[in-house]
Amino acid sequence: MEEGIYWPTFFFLLSSAVACFFAFMVLVSTNIVRMAFYLVLSLAATSGLFFLAGQDFVGAMQLMIYVGGTLVLLIFGVMLTSQERFVRMHTSGGDWVLSLLVGGGLCAVLVLTALGVPEWQAPERAAVEAIALENTATPIGMGLLGARVDTLSVEDEVQRGGMGGYLLFFEIVSVHLLVVLVGAAYLARAKRKQAVATS
Amino acid sequence: MSPIFASLLTEPVGVFHYIAVGAFLFTCGVLCMATKRNALGVLMGIELVLNGANLNFIAFGSKYLAGGDAPLGLDGPLIALFVIVLAAAEAAVALAIALNFYNNFDSIDIDRAEQLQG
Repeated sequence: MEEGIYWPTFFFLLSSAVACFFAFMVLVSTNIVRMAFYLVLSLAATSGLFFLAGQDFVGAMQLMIYVGGTLVLLIFGVMLTSQERFVRMHTSGGDWVLSLLVGGGLCAVLVLTALGVPEWQAPERAAVEAIALENTATPIGMGLLGARVDTLSVEDEVQRGGMGGYLLFFEIVSVHLLVVLVGAAYLARAKRKQAVATS
Repeated sequence: MSPIFASLLTEPVGVFHYIAVGAFLFTCGVLCMATKRNALGVLMGIELVLNGANLNFIAFGSKYLAGGDAPLGLDGPLIALFVIVLAAAEAAVALAIALNFYNNFDSIDIDRAEQLQG
């Protein structure tokens, strides 16, 4: 039976090609400013992959926190340290050969291992189209509050016991973020000692 | 059109496709960490590694890629969210250390950081 183009697959190929191409450009580029820009494009394309996997909330968070926050921080770092001699830093040819050998081997091992697992192959088109669309933000929000709404559909009593909420992790991450940001502000504060020493 | 290419466009993708993309991003990140001499370049490599790992969590947490019940269920997106937040924290601290290093040594080349050894 002749079937039309399955558009999610087309957009998967498009997003993954953009993500992989710009990740590779981050690797081979020698200019730190361009690397930062390529990284923005690669991470934005990855958020497209998150959307295509049905995780729209995580995709939105990827765009807001990663692309909108973390990378702005990185680009500020690049701007603060980009003197003429640090914008371009070259790696020697021997290092490139060695790293491409190691990297090619690592990538081949990972992909071939994943290829050998039958459960990870593509599902039937009819099975995927039968899955109803649903809201993903609500279960995530309830999980962070400590209540797992998706456990209601799990029959097995033992399995349900292992599916706890994430309230404790949420609190730990919150306090961690607070401590880390205070520490970062302390580390990066303007130095006054040098001004005293030169005066 | 060859059969492989045709089935690639008319069939849905599975967990394997996401793992392959994640593996490529991970490899690029590892090599970026290994070959860049600029400290911020190393930081960008770490971001790529975290992103490649995140892609796996999302893939295992997705119903659409499994064609039924997801292997990880809700744990996948929740762990991915924690990774995103912790990556933001890590980037903030690493950037503060890099700026401090730059202020003290007047350089961002990590080959010159040997003096930081205890």
